[in-house]
Amino acid sequence: MDENVIGWGGLAASLVFVVVAVVVTGRQQLGLERSILASVARSLVQMAVVGTALVPIVDPDTPLLWSWAWVGAIVVFASVVTARRAPAVPGLIWLALAANALVGGLGLSIIFGLGIFDLEGRTLVPVAGMVIGNSMKAAVVGAARVAESVADHRPEIEAGLALGMTPRAASRRLVRSALRTAISPQVEQTAALGIAFLPGAMTGLILAGVDPLDAVATQLALMYVILASVVIAATTTALGTLARLTTDDARILPLERTA
Amino acid sequence: MGPLFEFRDVSLRKQATTVLDHVTVDLPGEGITVVIGASGAGKSSLLRCCNRLEVPTDGVVAFRGVDVATMPPLEHRRRVAMVFQAPTPFPGTVLANLRAVETELSRDVATALLERVGLAPALLDRSADALSGGEAQRMVVARALTTSPEVLLADEATSALDAGATTRLEGLARSLADDGMPVIWVTHDLLQVQRLADHLVVMRLGRVLWCGDAASTDAADAIDLALHGSER
Repeated sequence: MDENVIGWGGLAASLVFVVVAVVVTGRQQLGLERSILASVARSLVQMAVVGTALVPIVDPDTPLLWSWAWVGAIVVFASVVTARRAPAVPGLIWLALAANALVGGLGLSIIFGLGIFDLEGRTLVPVAGMVIGNSMKAAVVGAARVAESVADHRPEIEAGLALGMTPRAASRRLVRSALRTAISPQVEQTAALGIAFLPGAMTGLILAGVDPLDAVATQLALMYVILASVVIAATTTALGTLARLTTDDARILPLERTA
Repeated sequence: MGPLFEFRDVSLRKQATTVLDHVTVDLPGEGITVVIGASGAGKSSLLRCCNRLEVPTDGVVAFRGVDVATMPPLEHRRRVAMVFQAPTPFPGTVLANLRAVETELSRDVATALLERVGLAPALLDRSADALSGGEAQRMVVARALTTSPEVLLADEATSALDAGATTRLEGLARSLADDGMPVIWVTHDLLQVQRLADHLVVMRLGRVLWCGDAASTDAADAIDLALHGSER
């Protein structure tokens, strides 16, 4: 298996592609060169820290509790990111924590409950990262889009409220649109699986010498769990965001327009 | 007949701004009551308190003698219809708009409602987005009438319309009032007061300056002060 690990020399060689990216953006005068170099430097440092920290955590002799603690940290980090993207929504951090904990709990229960992977530190942490990370992206879009829609389409929503509609009924079109935007990328990614998109877990397993059909089955199961998690996280966060932007007596909180 | 709405020492503050400042006024339950004032006078907020889209910081708003704060808000809003400055058609056909709340509304009733607001029944299956501004605003009135409300609140409802559409909407308001549905009409247009008002509420800087019969000789001075008076 070791022959498939690229090593530090290989990693250094891959930086050639960073140079290519910098040259291309420079010639196009996009002004992104410094951003690219900064993001590469940041990713190197972050991944070095994460990799180093993961070594003792995924060690078979380390109690699984430490891996669960890492999963908890992923949930908290993902929730903070979600809450930052829609700062006008009061208490979004608690909503995001609940949504991420929910999809993390459900996703991991299915993956480990069905025996797709054995429950070990080296499987728990990356699987939780995949499930919660993908769900976070959808939750961020769901929360931010609902908050923007409520601010920008207040007259339409209030026209419904004034007729005696519930806030959810008066906002249904806008919430549906936000959810489509949040969920569609994952649906498209699932549809393109194996053709335009070879996902990381499958690629990693094949590189590690696992039979391609076994790798495919594992990847499919993971993708289906992630798809469901994305839908649950986006829906929970979008509807929760709407609830937090409306009062118990069916009024909209004051919000600044985004456009 | 008692007042339709009673405002008792109602104040509304938003952050550091006092939008309504100890307002005490009765809005009668018949004819057209026009609320006039310059921009920022608090007239739209007064109307929104009637529909409970705003809740006063202090004081009581009562509808037919009952404190609005004690009534279920959705039920209250179905009794108190409101139309806004810009027409707000929902996506879909005119019929879908009319069924937005009353989902079982029959086609016959929908047709009758369109005719009531002066729109051709043939518009029923047309996309609401395809209506002109005036048609859309009248369709919005028809939509508001689907819940059989007891009053119509109109918040500068003609401000986005041309002269012809304004005349037709004013005619509709008069027709509804003559048929027994009181209308509370917010405007900053003096000529509209002359065309529409049976009763008048004059507002300035969050306060009610004057209220009473629109034909009263005192009304003109109050309006003049409200629209052109010096800053407080």
